[in-house]
Amino acid sequence: MKRFITNNISILGPFIGLIVFSIILGIFSDSFFTFDNLLNLLRQISVNALIAFGMTFVILTAGIDLSVGSILALGSALTAGLLTSGMDPILAIIIGLLIGFVLGAINGLVITKGKVAPFIATLATMTIYRGATLVYTDGRPITGLSDSFSFQMIGKGYVFGIPFPVILMLIAFAILYFILRKTVFGRQVYAIGGNEEAAILSGIKADRVKIWVYSITGMLSVLAGIILTSRLNSAQPTAGSSFELDAIAAVVIGGTSLMGGKGKIVGTLIGALIIGVIDNGLNLLNVSSFYQQIVKGGIILLAVLLDRRSK
Amino acid sequence: MMVTPLVEMVGVSKSFSGNQVLHNVQFEVKKGEIHALMGENGAGKSTLVKVLTGIHERDSGQIKVNGGEVHFTNPKQAEARGIVVIHQELNIIPHLTVSQNMFLGKELTYGRSGILNHRKMKALTEESLQKLGVTNISPDDIAGDLSVGKQQMIEIARALATNAELIIMDEPTAALTEREIASLFEVVTDLKRKGVAFVYISHRMEEIFQICDRITILRDGEYIGTENISDTSFEQVVKMMVGRELGERFPARKSKIGNIVFEVDNLSSKDGTFHNVSFTVKEGEILGVAGLMGAGRTEVMETIFGYRKKDSGSVKLNGKELKMRHPNDLINAGVGFITEDRKSKGLVLGSSIRENIALVNLKTVSQKGVISNKKERDLVENLIERLHVRTTGKEQEVKSLSGGNQQKVVIAKWLGINPKVLILDEPTRGVDIGAKKEIYSIINELTEHGVAIIMVSSELPEILGVSDRIMVLHEGSVTAFIDREDADQEIIMLAATGGN
Ligand SMILES: Nc1ncnc2c1ncn2[C@@H]1O[C@H](COP(=O)(O)OP(=O)(O)OP(=O)(O)O)[C@@H](O)[C@H]1O
Ligand SMILES: [Mg+2]
Repeated sequence: MKRFITNNISILGPFIGLIVFSIILGIFSDSFFTFDNLLNLLRQISVNALIAFGMTFVILTAGIDLSVGSILALGSALTAGLLTSGMDPILAIIIGLLIGFVLGAINGLVITKGKVAPFIATLATMTIYRGATLVYTDGRPITGLSDSFSFQMIGKGYVFGIPFPVILMLIAFAILYFILRKTVFGRQVYAIGGNEEAAILSGIKADRVKIWVYSITGMLSVLAGIILTSRLNSAQPTAGSSFELDAIAAVVIGGTSLMGGKGKIVGTLIGALIIGVIDNGLNLLNVSSFYQQIVKGGIILLAVLLDRRSK
Repeated sequence: MMVTPLVEMVGVSKSFSGNQVLHNVQFEVKKGEIHALMGENGAGKSTLVKVLTGIHERDSGQIKVNGGEVHFTNPKQAEARGIVVIHQELNIIPHLTVSQNMFLGKELTYGRSGILNHRKMKALTEESLQKLGVTNISPDDIAGDLSVGKQQMIEIARALATNAELIIMDEPTAALTEREIASLFEVVTDLKRKGVAFVYISHRMEEIFQICDRITILRDGEYIGTENISDTSFEQVVKMMVGRELGERFPARKSKIGNIVFEVDNLSSKDGTFHNVSFTVKEGEILGVAGLMGAGRTEVMETIFGYRKKDSGSVKLNGKELKMRHPNDLINAGVGFITEDRKSKGLVLGSSIRENIALVNLKTVSQKGVISNKKERDLVENLIERLHVRTTGKEQEVKSLSGGNQQKVVIAKWLGINPKVLILDEPTRGVDIGAKKEIYSIINELTEHGVAIIMVSSELPEILGVSDRIMVLHEGSVTAFIDREDADQEIIMLAATGGN
């Protein structure tokens, strides 16, 4: 038990925070603790959570990825384009995910081989990918997508009463949790963030690991984008704008250090839940979205400050 | 008449999360004396210093400075009372220049304008470095580009330049070469004559007997005793430190030297730090590598290991040329490399002992990329045991281990790969006398199993005591190979300074 607590001390704070926020909202709003609302909440956070899972890997290597929102938009637009051309939806989705992977790999290559700081590299690709999306879509939404079952399912479907995006999020969580906890690759991610030189001298191919990390993040971003596209039945050229901020916020609230090397993906899930609870709860309470932003920013600050104190 | 001591600590205790590190320790420093503080790795020396200067808060006990009780809560307060520390772990900010580091937190300005007086700071930096006999560092050099030894000299210069009454040096010479140590000692004795007191922490017995007046010994966080250097002996000090007789300092070698396993042929670096380095190492042989600081020893080893780019030349293991694109190539071939700078290159400080040891052994403890907890635990616990790492458990953060125990973790991780060739760069830096002997025994044991050893060391007694053959580097070129029977300090120093 004691071991369990010390092992999970970093996520204890966020977890307590989540419980406290939920209870407060439960007191003020009757509809918060309803089954429907909770499912709804999970569905709402699934898009941000998927991106934030990737961001967790990136931040663990002491990097940052600002381009996730643009990758989401470009990947979704290209997938939508393939769908309107009549391609088999499953094939189109797979190609879309691969495009996300490649866009992420480009980030990784620029950062490792080009030796550009992650912040700058992804700031540049964020702009480039967004521009490419606007060029491709001519600035207009792509509509009239496939009405096939498989495509509609992704954003709007339910399995045993659980929204399909939630299931996708949980599967991604399980896989990524396993990778970080149990695999050589996960260990390498932590080591690179902790001390890159020591990691390289221990035989770890840091460049290769980082390229993978950005690629995975790109792919998860497009997966999140396809969920959105399916829900709206259209791909928006402006989709995903400023999504990187919510993703980074979820990671940071979840206790992962921006310096790299320390953090947990469970924390990120909790972070995404906290953001979701605040959005959802404040909506239920009819708080204006202007105030919501202030509250959200305040909570990010609080999380970081509390994290400092406990060290 | 009793003279009030400069510093007096009585009944000081300290524990970290239930682990008691100091038990009721007493310690006294008189004005103008050089007082050695000795003890094995993890005995609590650094902790005692940190408690004195307010980095750690004491649990109980009394600390007096010049007769008045003090409760420092940070090192700045200690500094205001004339106590400065050169810590064991360097406090250099790597991307600042030498003079910026020298004046960190006490920058000089033009009057009260707030505008930095760079010219004066550089001049003073140059002056204090010169006093230490250091001429090859410019105030404008970026500190992080300098070797550990040079960085250490900057720290020393910084402390010496303050008007301190007491300067505490926590293993200042661990990264220095003989020549620098000599000039450091000159400055220290000079300041002592002017009434400055020193606390001197070192694992190098010769130094203690050379410059110290008194010695206090700690063992397992307990105060064992204080002696006048003139009334004690080498053997007595060791006995007080380890609680038993230690015997021979360098354990006997009994390995059989076999065929050549490792060949380095005409290796030159890209950046010109060394040229045409060639040598061979045989099965079961220890090749000692000597040279002054800046001779390029570490650079040669890092290049062999694929960490730096070579310009030309090759490395062969058992006659087969090795790829040198990445350390991974060498590790896969069975070459291990214990780096000199454990903090920045050897360890992931924020991670546990387990994660650090597992890092080069991920392949061994995993199957198809998935780590086996059991295999990892067995490997790690086995190595912790084999090296007698003093720890609360394998989950302890490496950062909170004592310096010597950190070094053992680095060695442990490389023993895990069962190397055919092991390169050790300053393997006993900051390691206590008992642990040093353990490390020598481990090296011996490896050679008995046919491992070829390359050992870089700045401690000549160690080079002479351990090596079968000695290679000397001077300014990036090999100047001599000397067999153990023919070697002595003078011959090595001559070759190391370029005389043949
Ligand atoms: N911040 C800390 N948290 C937990 N344990 C600590 C901390 N600092 C030191 N220790 C423990 O206290 C003990 C004494 O450490 P200390 O660094 O004082 O030893 P030392 O005598 O300086 O050894 P060395 O010669 O290796 O430098 C060690 O067992 C170490 O693991
Ligand atoms: Mg110490």
